[in-house]
Amino acid sequence: MKKRRPARPPTMKEATYHYCPGCGHSVIHRLASEVIDELGIADRAIGVPPAGCAVLAYNYFDVDMTEAPHGRAVAVATGIKRSLPDSIVFSYQGDGDLAAIGTAELVHAANRGECITVIGVNNAVYGMTGGQMAPTSLLGMKTTTSPFGRDSKRDGYPIKVCELLASLEGAVYLERCAVNSVKSIRRTKKALREAFLTQMNGTGFSLVEVLSPCPTNWKLSPAASWKWIDDVMSKHFPIGIIKDTRKDKEKENNAG
Amino acid sequence: MKKSDKRLMRGTEAIGEAAIRSGCKCYFGYPITPQNELTEYMARRMTETGRVFLQSESELAAINMVMGASTTGARVMTSSSSPGISLKQEGISFIAPMELPAVIVNVMRGGPGLGNIAPSQGDYFQATRGGGHGDYRTIVLAPASVQELFDLTRKAFDLADEYRTPVLILADGMMGQMMEPVVFKDRPVEPEELPEKSWTLTGAKDRPSRMIRSLLLDVNVEEEQNWRLYRKYQKISKREVKCEELYMNGAEMAVVAYGTASRIAKAAVKKCIEKNMKVGLIRPISLWPFPENVILERTRHIDHFMSFEMSTGQMVEDVRLAVNGKAEVSVYGRPGGVVPTPAELYRVISRTYNKMKREKEK
Repeated sequence: MKKRRPARPPTMKEATYHYCPGCGHSVIHRLASEVIDELGIADRAIGVPPAGCAVLAYNYFDVDMTEAPHGRAVAVATGIKRSLPDSIVFSYQGDGDLAAIGTAELVHAANRGECITVIGVNNAVYGMTGGQMAPTSLLGMKTTTSPFGRDSKRDGYPIKVCELLASLEGAVYLERCAVNSVKSIRRTKKALREAFLTQMNGTGFSLVEVLSPCPTNWKLSPAASWKWIDDVMSKHFPIGIIKDTRKDKEKENNAG
Repeated sequence: MKKSDKRLMRGTEAIGEAAIRSGCKCYFGYPITPQNELTEYMARRMTETGRVFLQSESELAAINMVMGASTTGARVMTSSSSPGISLKQEGISFIAPMELPAVIVNVMRGGPGLGNIAPSQGDYFQATRGGGHGDYRTIVLAPASVQELFDLTRKAFDLADEYRTPVLILADGMMGQMMEPVVFKDRPVEPEELPEKSWTLTGAKDRPSRMIRSLLLDVNVEEEQNWRLYRKYQKISKREVKCEELYMNGAEMAVVAYGTASRIAKAAVKKCIEKNMKVGLIRPISLWPFPENVILERTRHIDHFMSFEMSTGQMVEDVRLAVNGKAEVSVYGRPGGVVPTPAELYRVISRTYNKMKREKEK
């Protein structure tokens, strides 16, 4: 039987990815593009890629895109959204961006309930710089800057971004998913759709944290990386909707 | 206000009102003394006029919000004081190569470090040398009265748009806090009235998608970007020099001072003239581009240039470069937030002047 290759979503540029084999970014890019197309928001979408492997995301997304200094994507996104409230603004950030250098920006954007969507990619390492320890690296995980394994006494603990934000009233939709199987990829697409819808409805801040394989820096094959997400990573970073207070917030918004 | 359009205003508020009247659509800021009145003024006026005011969680966030808002084509401003401006340098270094217009106000205070909250001019190097990392410049305007704070803020928005570059207003605590009458000369502009920009990010509706970035991994492309910026800065250097000269006819010695220091210098120079000393005043209004040709031209008659600054001496380096060995150059500075009196400066000028005269007679 002849297999049909699924058509490229219109919001994806025709380009060759620079990502490593087995990297999750390409899948997440495609899912975001499909959602943007299905929701019909490509002509008012503005994206803010991070510093990191996905900095070149503007080579792949066929929507207006700018760039942010490392960690500042949600501040840049805030500026865009406040200036153009009808635009659909998303930032695309890694775990270092979200949970280390950009924690202040992330926490406060979430707390203000900025109507933006954050696509947070958690691969437990700094990918682009060569596999250093990230705020999300697991305990005992060997990286180039934790060569004997992450030690909680020295390095603290892996930060759970969704849970960290969950106490903030402005953050109304927080979901963690993965892209290591057909099922999880479908689930991620649905989460992205919900996150963008949250923004379109003006409900508040939405973030989707995606557990994403980095075979190069994990020093695993792509298949072993997928398994590692299931067996190890998702044990610390539980998959699922961490917070969804959209109904309450909508009630509050309508009342106020 | 209707009849005369003249008001008694505090310096920081004059900046705010000028921004409102320039069609500034978004203001982002974080509290820091001695410029809080500006942030507070914007909190009230931007909200009243239905525009965007947001108190950010840090100066870092504020400048990045400026960056984001500027990509949409909005006129946008942030303000801070010395330590906060250091934090903003990361963003300014991105805004410059992304060629985004932005107005950034620095109401300088004593430093380095946390320093104090007294007026100072210690950020001259930072302001005129780009401030952040990489090969770039920002236009730097140094007002010396509340009227000029108003006028130069309006000018700053125009320059930022025209050259697509960040423009810095370099004031100090004295400028910010003093009250003087201000005349609103030009007609106010609403954000909606401003001409549309051709490069903005507004969503790719009925046009191809756009990107605004500073990452250029190919060294040749990055080099060309640097030269392109350089050519722009050359153009600005030729066209946007602003400088005031006072009592320079027949002068043999010139005091060079900007901002608050220039007001002290003006009083001191006046006293020198009363005592029949041939002393004039050169007041750079644009610190970058620096009025080097004005100074070079004056070396034909001036034997001694004295840079007077509320720092240990920073602008003096630009004076020396401009003079290029054709005259004597000295500096009198008081750093750390000290504001010297005209009488003190008068004594320094007259000492230098008399020494210059004695050496001439030898």
